[in-house]
Amino acid sequence: MVALMIGVLTFVALFLDMALDGFGRLSWEFFTNYPSRRAGQAGILSAWVGSTLVMLTTAFFAVPLGVAAGVYLEEYAPKNWVTDLIEINITNLAGVPSIVYGLLALGLFVYQFGLGQSILSAGLTLALLILPVVIVATREAIRSIPQAIREGSYALGATQWQTVRYHILPYSSAGILTGVIIGMARAIGETAPIITIGALTFIAFLPPAPVTAEPPFLSFEWLLSPFTVMPIQMFNWTSRPEAAFHANAAAAGFVLVIMTLAMNGLAIWLRYRLRRNLKW
Amino acid sequence: MSAPETHVMEVLATKAEARKLSFYYGDFRALKNISMPVHEHKVTALIGPSGCGKSTFLRCFNRMHDLYPGNRYEGEILLQPDNANLLASTVDPIEVRMRIGMVFQKPNPFPKTVFENVAYGLRVRGESSRRRIEEKVEQALHDAALWEEVKDRLHQPAYNLSGGQQQRLCIARALATDPELLLFDEPTSALDPIATASIEELMHDLKERVTILIVTHNMQQAARVSDFTAYMYLGDLIEFGITDELFIKPKMKQTEDYITGRFG
Repeated sequence: MVALMIGVLTFVALFLDMALDGFGRLSWEFFTNYPSRRAGQAGILSAWVGSTLVMLTTAFFAVPLGVAAGVYLEEYAPKNWVTDLIEINITNLAGVPSIVYGLLALGLFVYQFGLGQSILSAGLTLALLILPVVIVATREAIRSIPQAIREGSYALGATQWQTVRYHILPYSSAGILTGVIIGMARAIGETAPIITIGALTFIAFLPPAPVTAEPPFLSFEWLLSPFTVMPIQMFNWTSRPEAAFHANAAAAGFVLVIMTLAMNGLAIWLRYRLRRNLKW
Repeated sequence: MSAPETHVMEVLATKAEARKLSFYYGDFRALKNISMPVHEHKVTALIGPSGCGKSTFLRCFNRMHDLYPGNRYEGEILLQPDNANLLASTVDPIEVRMRIGMVFQKPNPFPKTVFENVAYGLRVRGESSRRRIEEKVEQALHDAALWEEVKDRLHQPAYNLSGGQQQRLCIARALATDPELLLFDEPTSALDPIATASIEELMHDLKERVTILIVTHNMQQAARVSDFTAYMYLGDLIEFGITDELFIKPKMKQTEDYITGRFG
């Protein structure tokens, strides 16, 4: 209890200190301005847009892959030593330092696949990083479904896929969603792997818009565009000598912490809402 | 066999018949050479002390054991009218479960609406006509004596129903797909006496339409609802016969000890 209080109070103190330092810089312009050499005009536009796009890409790859892997391991895989080995490795992967993922991504995505220092590379990297979290959350959620529900479905002549499609996935969606959001909240604050793959630290333009005026109206050029993300923007500002930039960093940090807390809050709320309909 | 019993047996149609059925959980032989018929449009009860294999036997009929690794069948269960061996490795267990429904010990409605629970069996069979599904659902709820109680809340969660209603919902769910044989695995052990009575009454009405095989640990229940009773002990079928005869003058000493409460 005391240890918990020390942890919480330390966090609160640090957070308040950061909020006080950065609060003066928070304004509409701070969100709509590009970074600048003049601290007073600098903003986080390219950083939050970059973070958002990277998160979308991350979710796009991590969620289907992670959920499919979790469902496979729980519902389809035979229980043998291969499955055990995979299980141990997934748990271990969750503990691998994120810089290692960055190095892997640099070699694999950036150079081998030639994806460059792009949003796509960053999204794939962070997707790998949170994949274990998504898989573990999916498996936990599936395990909490009573066997009686599966037997009830099979007894009516359902196939394995029908049972997964109509029961396993819907009833585990709350737990899966919670795991995904918690994974994303971790990914949004990651700096090391993103720096490793070569995100820019100073960027004064936005990626190409995903929606265009001419057919086919959708453009995926933004995926290969250079970018920056929130934590890198912060890192850049804190490493400058001028105190005014430190205030910018504090403000960006404040926004990032709020984003993370909001995501975790959303996860808790969703879990509460969706679980209310499920009682076995 | 006594003369009147033989006579009754002859005019009865057989719906299913176990022949030299043995079942293994890994190396453990849970059922030993069981041979007995299940008569059409009759209720057959399986009784015996805990661990005697009655539920294991019941779950052979819809190949429920196939869901878990390491299980093995020997012998056959023939289903009429096509004389198909349900346990043959060439027979798809899903085909078997399409023809044989099951109601479990603890009510296990899906966390969906009342309507969707009953419609599920139709949906997995690929029925897509909204009108046909609605007709079948209503019919099944009538058959399960539940329609009057739930007609105004078909689209509410099934968990809002009482335990007895949930169990009748599970019966409706199984009936919706017109099974030929319905398996009941201690269907009232989680219910109060009033709900139990309504389920028993329902079983009595249902046997006009469907053959019933029920596992019960309650001998009074077996005596009340069943036409035939099989007494099992440690994986062996000790005695099978007309319920009234088996309870009044059992042929085997073991059966007598069990039903008089001296054992079990």
